[in-house]
Amino acid sequence: MMAVEVTVNGRRYREVVEPRLLLSDFLRHRLGLTGTHVGCEHGVCGACTVLVDGVAVRSCLLFAVQADGLAITTVEGLAQNGRLTPLQEAFRAHHALQCGFCTPGILMAAFDLLSRGRPTREEIADMLSGHLCRCTGYEPIVAAIAEVAGS
Amino acid sequence: MKPVAFAYERPQTVEEAVALLAEHGDEAKVLAGGQSLVPAMNMRLVRPSVLVDINGIRGLDEVASEDGALRVGATARQADPRLRQHPLLARALPYVGHFVTRNRGTVCGSVAHADASAELPACLVLLGGWARVRSARGERRILAEDLFLTHFTTSLAPDELIVETGWPLPSPGTGYGFQELAQRHGDYALCMACASARDGELRVVLGSVVDRPRAIEVDPERPGESAAVQVEPWGNVHASPAYLRHLVRVLVDRAVAEAREAASR
Repeated sequence: MMAVEVTVNGRRYREVVEPRLLLSDFLRHRLGLTGTHVGCEHGVCGACTVLVDGVAVRSCLLFAVQADGLAITTVEGLAQNGRLTPLQEAFRAHHALQCGFCTPGILMAAFDLLSRGRPTREEIADMLSGHLCRCTGYEPIVAAIAEVAGS
Repeated sequence: MKPVAFAYERPQTVEEAVALLAEHGDEAKVLAGGQSLVPAMNMRLVRPSVLVDINGIRGLDEVASEDGALRVGATARQADPRLRQHPLLARALPYVGHFVTRNRGTVCGSVAHADASAELPACLVLLGGWARVRSARGERRILAEDLFLTHFTTSLAPDELIVETGWPLPSPGTGYGFQELAQRHGDYALCMACASARDGELRVVLGSVVDRPRAIEVDPERPGESAAVQVEPWGNVHASPAYLRHLVRVLVDRAVAEAREAASR
């Protein structure tokens, strides 16, 4: 067992974990942050994507012990005081989600993509190739992110 | 899908890392980006008893041009913008996994993993690059052509760690081409071809349809056709051997045309 100290959505947590505990399971089962979804557990579906020190990563491909000392943002950390971010508002406006299973991961990846500049529709589609959505057909998601990017 | 239990080590220096590898041998696995290793561990295809996480080693993520090559440290991520200095890497990296997996996956990890359908090993062979490896026994340099043996198998010893890969930069007048076909962008390629052209010189390397990235001699007049007769694709559930051979012909022709075009600019 190993001690892990992480900051998640601005709050500090100290936990003792087995090294094999995936970050995705740590967030959901230890911290109760079930907004991060778990689909495939081999890096394909993208549902578990979170930000680690501001960079989007698959939380099912990281062990919780690797996050020691790092800052994590999950989908729960986006809205502030009950107010959605412009990206989340755009998802609502464009009907960019239906069942919502893939949405947290896509929001976190889009957050990273948008933080690097103004992605083109092509770059948005390229990013989305790493996220499986079985409801929307992707077009509304591209439209929502493109609106925020101003592209 | 959860990995079996393992001991986790986080060395602070390369010396500590190679000492751990020397101690545990093939019971140990090096963890860099983990974008191939951790899925395999989650599926219990790989069950290391010790995981040596090299992400805490300072200075191992350097990317620098030196002596005509781009030198890429063991923990430099595939998304690192400095890699784009190399025109072939700039061309091939968008095909490596996805936006999010490139944030974490490393260049050297992909080389060490030696998946025959991975883009970076094929590029390393095309360029005549190398891996600099360390162990408690010392240091050596392995040329790309001697590194990849077969599927997921390299000439690295269990106690050796790739600390850097070297990607020779193009001499003036060199052009590169990179072509692949996958069922979905970012998936494992069904077939992959990369080429370099300079004056009359032509180099072609194939991936995916071979058991390791393989350089082949091609007829400059009909590169695709001459490449297709040299391989025996084994086929899979998605593509028959005949279709894969067809892809070799088409993608080699496209890669060579792209390389020649780039060389003439």
